[in-house]
Amino acid sequence: MTKLKTHMGRRAFIKNTSLASGGLVLGFSILNSCKSEQAKEMAVREMPKEWFEMNSYLKIGDNGVVTIYTPNPEFGQNIRTSMPMLVAEELDVDWKNVLVEQAPYHADKYGFQFTGGSRGISARWEPLRMAGATARQMLIAAAAETWQVPKEEITAEAGVLQHAATKKSAGYGEMASVAATLTVPEEVQLKEVKDFKLVSRSQKNVDAKSIVTGRPLFGMDIQEEGMLIAMIEHPPAFGLTLKSVDGEAAKAMPGIKDVVTIKSFKDGYEKGGFDTNAFPELVAIVGNSTWEVMQAKKKLKVEWQPITAYSETIAGFGGKQTINIPAGLESTTTHKSQMEALAAKPGKVVRKDGNPEVAFKNATTILERSYSAPFLAHNNMEPLNAFAHVAGEKAKIAAPIQIPSLIIPTIASSLGIPKENIEMDLPRMGGGFGRKAYAHFVVEAALISQKVNAPIKLVYSREDDMTNGIYRPTYHATYRAAFDENKNLTALHVKAGGVPESPLFANRFPAGAIDNYMAEEWTIDSNISIGAFRAPRSNFMAGAEQAFLDEVAETMGKDAIQFRLDLLKRAKENPVGERNDYDADRYAGVLELVREKSAWKENDTTKHRGVSAYFCHNSYAAHVLDLKMENGKPVVEKVVCAIDCGVVVNPDAATNMAEGAITDGIGNAFYGELTFQDGVPQKNNFHQYQMIRMNDAPKEIDVHFVQNEIDPTGMGEPPFPPVFGAVANALYKATGQRHYEQPFVTGNQIVG
Amino acid sequence: MAIFNLNINGSEHSVDVDSNTPMLWVLRDHIKLVGTKYGCGIAQCGACTVHLGDNAVRSCQLPVSAVGEQKITTIEGLSEHGDHPVQNAWLEIDVPQCGYCQAGQIMSASALLKRNPNPSDEEIESAMNGNICRCGTYTRIKKAIKTAASSENV
Ligand code: FES
Ligand code: FES
Repeated sequence: MTKLKTHMGRRAFIKNTSLASGGLVLGFSILNSCKSEQAKEMAVREMPKEWFEMNSYLKIGDNGVVTIYTPNPEFGQNIRTSMPMLVAEELDVDWKNVLVEQAPYHADKYGFQFTGGSRGISARWEPLRMAGATARQMLIAAAAETWQVPKEEITAEAGVLQHAATKKSAGYGEMASVAATLTVPEEVQLKEVKDFKLVSRSQKNVDAKSIVTGRPLFGMDIQEEGMLIAMIEHPPAFGLTLKSVDGEAAKAMPGIKDVVTIKSFKDGYEKGGFDTNAFPELVAIVGNSTWEVMQAKKKLKVEWQPITAYSETIAGFGGKQTINIPAGLESTTTHKSQMEALAAKPGKVVRKDGNPEVAFKNATTILERSYSAPFLAHNNMEPLNAFAHVAGEKAKIAAPIQIPSLIIPTIASSLGIPKENIEMDLPRMGGGFGRKAYAHFVVEAALISQKVNAPIKLVYSREDDMTNGIYRPTYHATYRAAFDENKNLTALHVKAGGVPESPLFANRFPAGAIDNYMAEEWTIDSNISIGAFRAPRSNFMAGAEQAFLDEVAETMGKDAIQFRLDLLKRAKENPVGERNDYDADRYAGVLELVREKSAWKENDTTKHRGVSAYFCHNSYAAHVLDLKMENGKPVVEKVVCAIDCGVVVNPDAATNMAEGAITDGIGNAFYGELTFQDGVPQKNNFHQYQMIRMNDAPKEIDVHFVQNEIDPTGMGEPPFPPVFGAVANALYKATGQRHYEQPFVTGNQIVG
Repeated sequence: MAIFNLNINGSEHSVDVDSNTPMLWVLRDHIKLVGTKYGCGIAQCGACTVHLGDNAVRSCQLPVSAVGEQKITTIEGLSEHGDHPVQNAWLEIDVPQCGYCQAGQIMSASALLKRNPNPSDEEIESAMNGNICRCGTYTRIKKAIKTAASSENV
């Protein structure tokens, strides 16, 4: 293996005295105390007297205990375990001697601390291993210097340095003080996959003990001296904004300190792609305790007024983009008729292969089906919250968010302080799923703290969280397939759109497998805020596409899995077009694996099974889902799942995530729905918004990974989108009815 | 406002709060026991589950004035060293994802096993149906409850 240039970021090697001395940069007492559970578990030994910082990701104690600073915020993927595993693997240290601490936000030291887009592990795959490997090399160099022997003759394994010829041996802790003073090597050699001792072997969640004992871990759990509780009142409908507030009655309630208004953006501020915020002007109420503030909030007298239409330029990931926000109060019934009207007209052609018009004209049979899905709310178990203490020119923030770096410029601008003056801790998130990538609530917390001149924790009620959403959009797709007289598939046409974005991925399967192919899209502007939601767009398209392909296979009299494999064979051997963005072999690989593991049989009448496969976030996932009807209600008996996400760093944790994705997908396919009436979200809590519960969850889930040595790709999102198709296809088998409109199960009594 | 003397996790706590204040917020804001979570405030999610005596109750619906002499146990007091059989089973099965719902799940599960040491699948489902897990860890929760049930000294 060739040596790699070290590129963890130059600043990763700059020593930081506050880190070396053992504290977090900010040192929130309540969150710091959390590390004790893990420490207690490992600490049959004493904590070290002195720490030596090797780089910003790790420090070694004089007794060999290693602290690894895990860079990305955690919301349930268990990256707080799997990322440190990458460092520990290359450092070659006993996992039992590793303590994990959450790094604060620090772009120079920790790079892009982004948890989302299923990029965590793939983005950190090399840099974190490098952090471990360079430290290991420095320890070897320190031993060589101390023992006066050649570096090459020294081994470093499981936290011990050895020189065989002279029988010299030392723990990492003994060499750490010297190693920390050495120059960082220019190049390092990383292990080969086959030599891994820790990676690809399941390690338990480092936070499990803290979680099951109720330690403070989450943003919601933060308590600071003198801290007040703040809540916000936002417009009751999308399309409205603040006009005026009379806070006198609220202020007179017990425990209430103040009622203020805030404006989230400075005039003319150029927003980034994650500054999404439908309600930038808000009323905030601040008091001593959450319950008191909740009661007083009901006494606010607020007048709202309609917004006027506007356009704005957003500087997003893919460059600048102009979006139009219309005025008005939108309703689901109107969205539906608007979508149907646009679906019936030609859209914008995004891809065209061969001559689909002629193929459809000459077709013997045409199959046309339309699919739709509603807006979805994220409904993370932990409602939105943030802690902020703005004192003069400085801000200390604890933000349970997915992309800290992208909200820092907004906070700085809105507060009118330099970016460098913002310190931010990244507490654990009680769920994220895309919602906590949009950190408007952190800006709100900071502005409220500045206004009332006190440390505050902003707490959204469940109702606030559900009705001030950044929702998964409502989508629509029409698929058409043309067949010749021999039932051969001759053309495929997809036209998809949504409010306000199109879900289409024109270059994904089955593009590339069909001679005559056309993909079109359309959009409808809206003032309802939308954003990422566990593979947005994919999670609708997979359902529609995989349900349609099932019907195509049925029309052709082919087995559902074999039909897909035949298409993939074509895409591999003789692909149509050049922009196909999937690897047909890996795609076929998960279908073959799921066929084997589920003991799939052609024309199986003993079970109601649905199959579905999808590619997104550079990974491949396929499910076979068995379902039966009991008292008119679908019961998912078993889901077998096959995933190809390259090397699996922590298999049991990845399995847990796949199980969650499957359960989440079934829940949303069955029940997920948010509707609007005159701009007002029609559900505001779990008595109205049906969530999947234990009695609806699959009775059994069986997850398998394709074994290979490919660098890791996405894992959080990929198993989610294909669930919708598997549910639809199994429901058809169980009921004889095709299901085209999500949610598939309606009219259920919600039982809490 | 009034003074309430409460027995929580075996020790006495005195709080001066409005008598309607739900125990959820008394625990979190006043006694600083934040293991009990807020998820919905309307008895729909189970994140706030604690034991009142031996029963699992939703603390968001339990006014401080209704507690009286009854003993309250929270996740922090379920066991002294975090080794209640249900907690051990949760660790063995490595249940949590984000973890936010898990204290409530564990409190519901431990109350179930106390009154029914050997629950059937249906009994587990019906006892646990009030606890939402947004991350979808239900299959592991069920497995962990069975693991705990088969261990001794539940
Ligand atoms: S917070 Fe009490 S049941 Fe949800
Ligand atoms: S583990 Fe996240 S809500 Fe249950």
